[in-house]
Amino acid sequence: MRLETRFKWLPAPILSILLFLVWLLLNNSVSAGHIVLAVILAIVIPLATGPFRTKQPLVIKPILALRHLLLVLYDIITANVQVAILILGPSKKLTPGFIKVPLDLTHSMPITILASTVSLTPGTVSAEVYPWSESFTEGEGCEQRFLLIHVLDLKDEQALINTIKQRYETPLKEIFQC
Amino acid sequence: MTEWIISILLLIGGTFVLVGSIGLVKMPDFFMRLHGPTKATTLGMAALLTAAMIFFSTTQAGVSVKEILISLFLLLTAPISAYMMIKSAIHHKLDSIDRTQGKNNVEDEV
Repeated sequence: MRLETRFKWLPAPILSILLFLVWLLLNNSVSAGHIVLAVILAIVIPLATGPFRTKQPLVIKPILALRHLLLVLYDIITANVQVAILILGPSKKLTPGFIKVPLDLTHSMPITILASTVSLTPGTVSAEVYPWSESFTEGEGCEQRFLLIHVLDLKDEQALINTIKQRYETPLKEIFQC
Repeated sequence: MTEWIISILLLIGGTFVLVGSIGLVKMPDFFMRLHGPTKATTLGMAALLTAAMIFFSTTQAGVSVKEILISLFLLLTAPISAYMMIKSAIHHKLDSIDRTQGKNNVEDEV
C-alpha cells in the first residue's frame, strides 16, 4: 500500500481524473476552453484541499481497477434481475440471515469500496464492520476485522463467503497492493 | 427506431423501480425491505437515465452526457444510505423475523 505519489504536484491522481471528467460532464462540452479549465481545476483542487484530507491508498494497478469496475457493473445488472425475481417470488420461502465475512483488507478506503460493492451485488447488504475503532486508518497489525452482511436468501453460508472473498476482495487487495 | 428504443428502456426502468417498491411493501421485516430499494432501483434508474440520454441527444443539438453524472452519484449514494439505515436499525435492536439465520453474528453493544 502506497500513500504518496511520485509527483508532488499530483497528490491524488484518481481525484484529479474524477474532477476533470465531472467538470466536462457538468458543462456538457469538450471545447478547448473547458478542457484547459478542467485541467487547471484538476490540479489546483487536490493541492489546495490536500491538508484537509487524510491520505488514502493509491491505485497501483489501474488496468486491474478498470477490469474490476466492469465486473462489478456486470454483477450489478445480474443482481438487479436476481433480486427482482426473489422479490416477486413467494416471500415465505426466503431464508434471510446475517453472516460475518473475515476481512484481509486493513485500510478504511478498500473496506469502504468492498462494503459498497457488497451492497450493490446479489442479495446482500453490508451492515457493519467489527470491531469498530476510531483509529481506523492505522490498520497495520491490529486485530482481525469482520464485515457483517445481511443476506436476503441465504442458502450456503461458506460458499457465499468464499465468493465475496475471491470475486471482490482479492482484486481490491491487488489493486491497492495491501 | 429511436422512439422504440427509448420506449423499451423506459418500460424496463419503470418495471424495475416498480419491483423495488413492491419489495418495500411485501417483505416481512426491515432488513429484507432494504434489499429492494438498494438494488432493484439502480438498474431501473440506469435504464431511465439511458433513455433520457438518447432522447436529448437525438432531439437537441449535441450529445447529452450529464445523465452519466446522475447515475454516478446514484451508485455512490445507494450503498451509503443503505448502510446508514441498517446500522441504525441494528442499534435500535429492530426485530428481524424468526427464521433469520445467524442472529448471533450481530453484536450491538458497540
